[in-house]
Amino acid sequence: MQSIRPAWQERPGAAMMTGKAIALILIVIVVVYPFLSVIATSLASAQDVTAGGGLVLWPSHPNLSAYRTIFDGGAVAQSVWVSVGITTIGTLASVTITAMLAYALSRPILGGRIILLMALLTLLFPPGIIPSYLVVKQLGLLDSYVALVVPVILNAFNFVVLRQFFMNIPTELLDSARIDGATDLMILTRIVLPLSKAVLAVIALFYAVTTYWNSFFQALLYLSDNAKWPLQLVARQYVLQGSPILGSVAYSTTNSGNPPPTEAIQMAVVVVAIVPILIVYPFLQKYFTQGVLSGAIKG
Amino acid sequence: MATLVGGRMPADEAQPDVLVRPRAPADKSAGWLRRLRRDQAMLLLALPGVLYLLIFVYVPQLGNIIAFQRYLPFLGFRSAFVGLANFQQLFAMPQFWNAVKNTVVISLLQLLLYFPAPIMLALLLNSLISTSVRRAVQSIVYLPHFISWVIIVALFQQILGGTSVASHLMQAVGGKPVDLLGVPSLFKWMMTVQVIWKETGWGTIIYLAALLSIDTTLYEAAAVDGAGRWRRLWHVTLPGIVAITILLLILRLGTILSVGFEQILLQRNGVGEAAGEVLDTFVYYYGIAGGQWAIAAGAGLIKGVVGLLIVLGANKVAHLFGQPGVLA
Repeated sequence: MQSIRPAWQERPGAAMMTGKAIALILIVIVVVYPFLSVIATSLASAQDVTAGGGLVLWPSHPNLSAYRTIFDGGAVAQSVWVSVGITTIGTLASVTITAMLAYALSRPILGGRIILLMALLTLLFPPGIIPSYLVVKQLGLLDSYVALVVPVILNAFNFVVLRQFFMNIPTELLDSARIDGATDLMILTRIVLPLSKAVLAVIALFYAVTTYWNSFFQALLYLSDNAKWPLQLVARQYVLQGSPILGSVAYSTTNSGNPPPTEAIQMAVVVVAIVPILIVYPFLQKYFTQGVLSGAIKG
Repeated sequence: MATLVGGRMPADEAQPDVLVRPRAPADKSAGWLRRLRRDQAMLLLALPGVLYLLIFVYVPQLGNIIAFQRYLPFLGFRSAFVGLANFQQLFAMPQFWNAVKNTVVISLLQLLLYFPAPIMLALLLNSLISTSVRRAVQSIVYLPHFISWVIIVALFQQILGGTSVASHLMQAVGGKPVDLLGVPSLFKWMMTVQVIWKETGWGTIIYLAALLSIDTTLYEAAAVDGAGRWRRLWHVTLPGIVAITILLLILRLGTILSVGFEQILLQRNGVGEAAGEVLDTFVYYYGIAGGQWAIAAGAGLIKGVVGLLIVLGANKVAHLFGQPGVLA
């Protein structure tokens, strides 16, 4: 990677340079500002909120009381644990099943073409909401956490990405292991998986964030008992629908001093939902291109 | 046999090798029983995935049969057949056509306004000489893709809702406080703006890769031949991303009847059914919430079939124009 202008390329004029710079700065502001606004509001005190008429540009007395309130027992704290559990177990299960299927179908095996076609057709014709719901109901999985994991455990896109990556591992490498007496399972665990750490990390991120942590619809569909709700569904109820947060009542009665404003509590919930993503994001970001492309552009 | 994106068939490249247990077309003569014994470990590895596909993808496809039944939950799939009666009832519902109309309008708005956005951003990023600036901007603009719809809607309420920056600006110029997300006539535009905010950055990945893979000697040759900046863009850069653009366009067309389900489900109630109902939310509200299972399943089935037909049709058109398309 070099940052040197090739000899044949003319220098852009001042107007174009300025135009590009302004466009980039605007884009970055439009993306970043909502996050800053949410964080600022979550740290705001009641005075900050009333002073701005509900709008907080910068909290003059930043404090963490909103966060203390939501983690002081209550529905939000509970739902965070539910989401963490589902995301951890779901991601492990998904990556395992996807890798097993992708490896099996990355080599010419008996019936491999039919299974591959079965998996790929789901991309073109995904099952409808109603029939999926009826199957989950028939299996007796309603109101169980299993319903948040098993029906979405395999994602066809992630499967395609992983299979394409496995297929690009040189056959000679696998054949030489086989000559040395390695079984298919040994080849998978000792050679294929160690070579695929980066792409597995990206697949794990896609599953963890998109399929599990961020999903609210699965839970809305399958969990009628709101004591079992994951974070996204709780966030929807308290932040978007404005229901009062249970924990805040406890706070205002047990603690002297000013309770945090509703706006701050709501935005604190939003921050809690975003923070885990912000933590893993920088580590995995450099692999995105590899992860997306090994499947999408024909290999 | 159909080959999807990246779905190269394994047999094409297998290398027969008689020294090791061969996995190659050459041993087709060997009975399937022998192949079964040879592949048993691999088939066991595939088993959980296959079971998943059967139970949670293919059984539900069969479950679509209730669209042709007078479905009663306690009878289940043994309910009486009524032919196309459910569809007749569905087509007579103005709510259904309203949902179809809203869906198509939102889809077209997104096609017109969202679809070109990643291409333009990718061209802008690709034109930067400094890789460090490009990387920094990339890591920022990819982020919204990983934020859930619940949180995105919360962010938009924060910026455009009743007590937001936008509302305060309106008041500052002498207007009334306004909740831009609660205005029915603006709903479809807002849905499009949200998708642009969330997905434009992430959408650039695939175009940037295509742009980076363009042979730089083509640019050099064009420049030597006297092509200026814009002619190089037109004759070298754009041809380099045509194939991938068409592929993504076909896939996009296939989802024309399924606009962001979670996104709209979260915000439909703010503007009401007339402005906010789309096909997916129609299926949810009439089926799961309203108990009209057969009607809702029928609407879902129509959505799936139309999507499939559009992809196949668009793919055909792409082939006619000599483009590779999605399916080989």
